[in-house]
Order: sequence, then C-alpha cells, then structure tokens
Amino acid sequence: MSIISTLFRRELRSYFATPVAYVFIVIFLVLMGTFTFYLGGFYEQGQADLRAFFNFHPWLYLFLVPAISMRLWAEERKSGSIELLMTLPITAWQAVLGKFLAAWAFTGIALTLTFPIWITVNYLGDPDNGAIFAAYIGSLLMAGGFLAIGSCVSAFTRNQVIAFIISIVVCFGFLLSGFPMVLDVFRNWLPQVIVDAIASLSFLTHFANISRGVIDFRDLIYFGLLIGAFLYANTIVLQWKQAD
Amino acid sequence: MIEINSLTKHYGRHTVVDNLSFRCKAGEVLGFLGPNGAGKSTTMKMVTGFVTPSAGSVTVCGHDIMTDGLAARRKIGYLPEGAPCYAEMTPGSFLDFIADIRALQGAERKTRLDSVIGQLHLGPVLQQSIDTLSKGFKRRVGLAQAILHDPQVLILDEPTDGLDPNQKHEVRELIHSMSADKLIVISTHVLEEVEAVCSRAIIIDNGKILADDTPHGLATQSRYHNAVRISVADGGEFDAVEAAVLALGSVDTTEADREHGSVTAIAKRDSAGMQTWHEVSSLVNNNGWNIAGLQLESGRLDEVFRQITQGERA
Repeated sequence: MSIISTLFRRELRSYFATPVAYVFIVIFLVLMGTFTFYLGGFYEQGQADLRAFFNFHPWLYLFLVPAISMRLWAEERKSGSIELLMTLPITAWQAVLGKFLAAWAFTGIALTLTFPIWITVNYLGDPDNGAIFAAYIGSLLMAGGFLAIGSCVSAFTRNQVIAFIISIVVCFGFLLSGFPMVLDVFRNWLPQVIVDAIASLSFLTHFANISRGVIDFRDLIYFGLLIGAFLYANTIVLQWKQAD
Repeated sequence: MIEINSLTKHYGRHTVVDNLSFRCKAGEVLGFLGPNGAGKSTTMKMVTGFVTPSAGSVTVCGHDIMTDGLAARRKIGYLPEGAPCYAEMTPGSFLDFIADIRALQGAERKTRLDSVIGQLHLGPVLQQSIDTLSKGFKRRVGLAQAILHDPQVLILDEPTDGLDPNQKHEVRELIHSMSADKLIVISTHVLEEVEAVCSRAIIIDNGKILADDTPHGLATQSRYHNAVRISVADGGEFDAVEAAVLALGSVDTTEADREHGSVTAIAKRDSAGMQTWHEVSSLVNNNGWNIAGLQLESGRLDEVFRQITQGERA
C-alpha cells in the first residue's frame, strides 16, 4: 500500500511541477463553462439543475482525458525512466495503480474546481443537491473509465501523439456503442444477445442514469469492472512489452 | 551472488544474447566489455528484470529474477544506460522518492541520504530541477539512486559516460571503496576503466563470451606483454640500438618510432617473464648508450580487445 501511495504522490506532484496541470485545468474550466452556458443553454432552460453542465462531460472527456493519459507510460518509455521504475522493487500492478490513481485524482481536482457552477445554481434556485452530488460521482467514474483506457493504450507506445489519438478512437467507440447507428451495423449479423451486450458497454447509457441522480449499483459495477479490466490489460501490456 | 545460466534473448530473428552463462560473487568488480551492440546492455536489462529472457535463467542472491523478482530487485542497485531520471523532479525529491520505495526509514534513511549526497557532491544542486543539470550531474543523480539502499549487488551501465576526468576518477574511487563486500558489475567500453577498477573482465560480442579473465590476465595475451620500450635521447644512436636489440635472444621483433625516438622490443611468446627486460637493460649498460628512459610494458588491453573482438568477426 505504501508503495502505491509513494508512486501516487510522485506522479501527482509531477503534474504540478510542469505547466501541464495549469494549462489543463484552465482549458478544462473554460470549456466546461462555454459548453454549459452557450451550447447547453443553462439560463434558457430556466431549471435549477446542472443537466446542461453534465450533458457535455462525456464529450469533453473524450478529448481532454486522453490528453492526460497519453503521457502515463509513453513518456516513461520515451525518456527511458520506465527502466528505472520497473527495476525498482515494485510490481507492475503497483506501478499501474499508482499512476492511474494519480491521474484520476488530478481529474478529480479539475472537476472539483467547477464548484462555482454549483454555487451559481444554488444561488439562482433550489436544486436537488443530492442529484448533483450523484452526477459528480458519475462524472468522476466516467473519467476513471476513460483514464484506464488511455493508460492501457499509452503502455503500447513511446509516442504520446499516437497514444492520444488511439485513446480517443477507443473511447469514442465506448461512447458510441449505445447509439443506434453503431448498433445497426452489428444487428444484421450478430445475435441480439451480443448486440445488447455491446449496447450495455456504452458510457453514455450508464452515465445518463447517474447524471439524473440515480446511483444504480449496476452502473457502479460497470465502471468498476471497466476500470479494473483496462488496468489489468495495462499490466499485461507492460509485461508483454518486456518480453518482446 | 549472480548466477546466469544459458541466458538467451532474441529480437525477432536476431539473437542479441546467445546462451550466456557465468557466475560472480561478492568482492568482485566485474567489467563487462564489448563493442557497441555486443549485448552488454541487454544482458544487464535481463539481470535486473527489465527485459524478460527468451530462454535461460538469472539468479540474484538466491532469488530467481523471473519467479521471485521482487526479492531479487531489492538486492540490486541499478544505473540503466544513459542514467534516465524524472526530469521534472529535483535531485532532492527524486532521492526521497527512491528512499520511500526502498523503504528506508528513520535514522538509517537520513544517514544514507546524507552519505550518497556527500559522496556524489550533489549538495549544491539538490533543489534544482534535474532537467537543468549538466550531463555529469545527471549521471551522478543516477548513481546516487543506485547506491542509496547500500545494495549487495550493484549494476552500472556505463557509469562514467559523460563525466570529466576528475569526476571519472571520483566515481572509480567510489566503486573501489564499495567493492569489498559487494558485487559490482559495470559495463563499459573505456578500457582504462577496466584496468583501474575491475578485478575481472568479461569480453562479449554477438552475445557470446569471448574472454573471461582478470584485466592482468587479459593483458598478458597482448603482444606487448613484457615488451620493453627504450627511449633514445636526442642525437642518440637510434639505428645501432634497434639493430642490437633485435639481435637479442628473447626479442621477437622491434617496433621503431623515429618521431618520438623510441624502440620497442617485443618479447617472444615463450620467453620467460622478465628476460627481455634483463637483456635489454644489461645491453644498455654495456654499450653506454645515451638513453632517456627504459619502460617495461605489461600489455595493452585495447590491443587485446581489438584482437579478440575483431578476430571473431573476421
């Protein structure tokens, strides 16, 4: 445990040692605001909730989260520090988990900094704060899912641009898998059970539930399993690369 | 301490390390020599568990690096090739991180940190980001990280690369001072380093061991082993010296260097130890030549290295 927390602290500090953290947070907040107020029509809806805000999270994460995760392993490979890291007395699991948790905490920090919008909605009306809290949890879980995918992809390459683009493509697949246009492609030649399974993999379906304020155990399990599966794949990729 | 059995690594169809076996123990400073691309770094990466072997096994202090890697890596201090570091960190926070990972605590932690920072003169740059440090400092941060937990096995891939002559000297002194109770493996292509610090040298090329001996033992394979170099003073009888030396019983050939005024008498392979030295020095005495210096050579490692590695390729 202490090894993971050591790795976690080193990683998290490294975000703030470079301008990356500040640039990311500023852009994240500006985009969040822009989407909510202009595209989401926060005021025009005239409702005291944050649906206009949370609706755009999946699409913002699609581009912003891979920007965080792309460096997780690709940068270590590029600089050679992965050789230092993996020859320390730590397991691949500890390294993967420490890095992932730091990246997740960092997105958590960025997400927390959107609190002025919560203050705004409370100032303007009387929203259901429980539902808003649930939606924040859902948003954080979804960010974790994106990060786990990005971390796994990043372990394949030493090139951050490649890691970024591939992560977006994979995450896009997970976002869209609930959409009819994607499902129609499969429906013609796959049994209904598998089509349903693909549909149930979609981030959007699960996030939609939570963002309405309904924390369903199945949605939590979904994100938990997704994160676990991709982090496990991440350790496999690392070991496979060592043997390559 | 380290046992390597039939270690092999293929990259695609290319065999980088080919059925390598050797063992080494505490107290040894093993120099790992070879031309670039000989398989030195790959071997070290396999010994430290960073690269998984295609076949064969590595045991460090009784722990198999594949099945019991964690225990093995606890015993090892490793400086990877190029001394990679986290560039955005400062040497101070970087060493703190390593101390945490190595589970150093309390008084021991402080003693070890102070000791490596002192030994590698990192004091003045502790709070500067590693990014901004010179190559020499970066290398020393990497070394500090490797020796921080006072490991029983120290594996250093080109430890003095990028250091100036003074720093090289200090690192060699450091290696020497730690060698009594540790096993130290260094890879290098600087041959003077092998003579300066190593108690054993293994030369590999194309992933195979070509020679395994003490540096002195390797030097005796040189044609210059027991050769005597005579520096003829300005205006001395250069030709007479060369002719007389060549006629000596133990001398095989001579090499004359007119520019520097020296004649080197190369001993015959079968001549006894210092025979050439005795013959040449009495010859000089008897003839009363005007000689600036007389020097016995123990052998040239660089020549042996070339002979061994190029002989293989030819």
